[in-house]
Amino acid sequence: MLGRMEEKYDVVIVGGGPAGLGAALGARDAGAEKILIVDREPEAGGILLQCIHSGFGLHYFKEELTGPEYAQRFIEKVIDQDVDVIPEAYISGVVTDSEGSKRVRVMHEKRGLHTIDCQSVVLAMGCRERTRGAIQIPGTRPSGVLTAGLAQKFVNMLGYLPGKRVAILGSGDIGLIMARRLVLEGCEVVGVYEIMPYSNGLTRNVVQCLEDFNIPLHLSTTVAQIHGRDRLEKITVAPVDKNLKPDMKRAKDVVCDTLLLSIGLIPENELSQGLGIRLDPVTSGPVVSSTLETSLPGMFACGNVLHVHDLVDFVTREALLAGRFAGEWAQGVRRPTDNIRLVPGENVRYCVPHTLSPGRDHMISMRCKEPMKPCKIKIGDLMEKKLRFVVPAEMIMMRLHPDLLDRFHGDSVRVDITPVEAVKP
Amino acid sequence: MKNNQKIYDVAIVGGGVTGCNIARELSRYSLKTVLIDKNAEVGFGTTKSNSGIIHAGHHNTPATLKGRLVVRGNQLFDQLCRELNFGFSRIGELVVARTPEDLPVLERLKEQGKSKGVPGLEIWDKNRLLHEEPNLSHNLLGALWAPTAGVINPYEFVFALIESAIENGVELKVESPVQKIGQEEGHLVVQTPTEKIHSRFVLNAAGIFADQVARMAGLDDFTIYPRKGEEYMLDKRLKGLVRHLIFPVPLKTTKGILIIPTFDGTIMVGPTAQDVGDRHDIATSYEGSHQVFDFVRQICPSINERDTITEFAGLRAVSDTDDFIIGPTKVKGFINVAGIQSPGLTSAPSIAEYVLEILRQEGLKLHERKNFKSHVAGPPRFALQSLKEQGERIGKDSRFAKVVCRCELVTEAEIHDAIDHGARTLDGIKFRSRAGMGRCQGGFCTSRCMGILSERLKIPYDRVTKRGGDSWMVQKMKDESSC
Repeated sequence: MLGRMEEKYDVVIVGGGPAGLGAALGARDAGAEKILIVDREPEAGGILLQCIHSGFGLHYFKEELTGPEYAQRFIEKVIDQDVDVIPEAYISGVVTDSEGSKRVRVMHEKRGLHTIDCQSVVLAMGCRERTRGAIQIPGTRPSGVLTAGLAQKFVNMLGYLPGKRVAILGSGDIGLIMARRLVLEGCEVVGVYEIMPYSNGLTRNVVQCLEDFNIPLHLSTTVAQIHGRDRLEKITVAPVDKNLKPDMKRAKDVVCDTLLLSIGLIPENELSQGLGIRLDPVTSGPVVSSTLETSLPGMFACGNVLHVHDLVDFVTREALLAGRFAGEWAQGVRRPTDNIRLVPGENVRYCVPHTLSPGRDHMISMRCKEPMKPCKIKIGDLMEKKLRFVVPAEMIMMRLHPDLLDRFHGDSVRVDITPVEAVKP
Repeated sequence: MKNNQKIYDVAIVGGGVTGCNIARELSRYSLKTVLIDKNAEVGFGTTKSNSGIIHAGHHNTPATLKGRLVVRGNQLFDQLCRELNFGFSRIGELVVARTPEDLPVLERLKEQGKSKGVPGLEIWDKNRLLHEEPNLSHNLLGALWAPTAGVINPYEFVFALIESAIENGVELKVESPVQKIGQEEGHLVVQTPTEKIHSRFVLNAAGIFADQVARMAGLDDFTIYPRKGEEYMLDKRLKGLVRHLIFPVPLKTTKGILIIPTFDGTIMVGPTAQDVGDRHDIATSYEGSHQVFDFVRQICPSINERDTITEFAGLRAVSDTDDFIIGPTKVKGFINVAGIQSPGLTSAPSIAEYVLEILRQEGLKLHERKNFKSHVAGPPRFALQSLKEQGERIGKDSRFAKVVCRCELVTEAEIHDAIDHGARTLDGIKFRSRAGMGRCQGGFCTSRCMGILSERLKIPYDRVTKRGGDSWMVQKMKDESSC
């Protein structure tokens, strides 16, 4: 029930975005009785609520939905399944007692400081955007330099424009979506600048948001200086060398009043860090087992807090799994500890989960380091799959059948992405 | 002049840390005082980009005015902190020796400090230094320990000063750049775009623009040369990397590039020192970044630029005498408080005392106000409280349970408190409450703070600014009806 918060739950879920909503349904499927979602926003749905463009749900629902539509389907299911959702609440800590049950501290305007007892917790806090400070763009500090997501909130939620003449640094998906959105609202988008030699967004977004609107994408180019006293007046853009350092001899100034940053997302693990959960320096998310359990027993993680996804459909799939394992845990199910490490090898930036167990179905998510086409993915000598191409912007998911690992002897398995000869016609 | 024209006793031009200290000191007396600042809020010039260090005093020779005022300034901070409740902590300073040639310099600084009455100075050998600061380079040879040095939250300090001054009758006029200074019937007239301010005394505390203000009064005897300093703020996860202020042995022009564990628990590295021609040049640079990180890595090898969460630059107001220029001038009633560069923040309270003495000598009658209120409550700082205190806060005011800035755990009640205490811009909220200072740099809280400002000031979102002037945040969408 919306707005209900009691003293005792089986599963408490931190965050009411797509990951949190999916985890609640997963926990319910597993038979957990009392489930609570704690969300900091006035309404559940997470960042989807400001993503009013379409393109969500193609994998999960096999139809094209907007962000709010996708969220609404899950909110209705969650309410229908009698999950409690408490909005505008903030979890300030979790304590585990000697028997393994947990006490979650919640701050809420009407309830004050509230403590909840529960068996398992699912971390589903999502991610945040990288900022100017994180990449050190030199120059002054005028208004008008903001993340693409904040601009999206201004336009889609509050009904204001971030500016009139807009440049975009980084070709992450939100930046691409916002390029199109701002053109539709009558702004001039002077260009998208990407430091890498390839786009960091989904191919479909490059086509539908830039190419279809004649917005230039400048690859291997970055913003080298910000100018303006009160408000942004112009930026200096420069091509970069092999070490990604700007070549100031070929720099030029571009007049604009707004610079959107779409330079990457970082899982939001302040709470996890505070609890002492082990994080993976590559994903910036928790290290998880094949049940998506973190280094703290009974605490699970899914969605963008675990690793940044590009499609919400995959977040949902992961969240249903994490919710299922959290629900089982709450009912006393304890599985044997994983005994096989999954090791990222050639051209593999990371793999999630970090460990595997024989006799179990596994869904492995991974990202490559650099684009490659055509290529093959090898999971040890257990499995091999040919792919037309891989790019860092698009997550790769592979299903590992239970019987594959039954034949496996060893304590680690390496994942490699290697080129294959193109088949000549 | 009309008969009903108000004549102030003292008009202070410039609401930086110098002007605000003088304003508060004057507010102890029955005087009509006004402080005039060109920005939207006080402290938005050099003060906000200050390193936030309260110097012990051993760095400056007693031959200079700044060298004499700094030690007294340092001593005044305990009392000021008790009254005004700004963030201040005497964490102590270590001047580290990197080469054998540095070691005699440490001895000299120690003797210089001792001669001025700086307490507790000690020379530490390498073992002691690395025992206290295990993350520093093992190549260091020793250090001078100065226990009375400290760190301060410079914005909280100016905001508390001006709040106390206003509480005791000082008037504040912001967004009032001085355009002209004239004389009329035995007093001075300061003209801003909206009014003429009449005052018997005008104190020129205009910082980087002090020579320009002096010229408006017809004085042409000094020049300010802006010297830029870039600072880099590192992620909070590095908290505890160093526990004391870390200084290198000073260079000719500056105290060098420092490692500063700020009052708020972050590590800051900087500042650079670069003479610039443009008084508005507060741009950071690739060169500055390299200079800072290459240097501090020699002292603390694990510091990495990748941990930067934000960077900024400020301008020191260096005068051609390289010392403070404080005193009366040929223009009767016009007093300079100029050239206030490092250790200006530390010296500001003693500068205020010094200026009051000058005013007294110049004929201003100082009668103590009977009902002077010395106390300012200071910001609530929910994040620094114990669980029990947090619970009590929430019990009294439920807005403490609504988190607005999650990086720094700033609650809605604190945003309102900042506005209650004078914040009118997003930076004003940020510097008072820390909302937006954390690692997401306002990605989450900006729209929330804009909403609260819009509601409280009864202005639409498109009139909310980052720091006043032309620093607008959003624009209205095209009017649908005109399509």
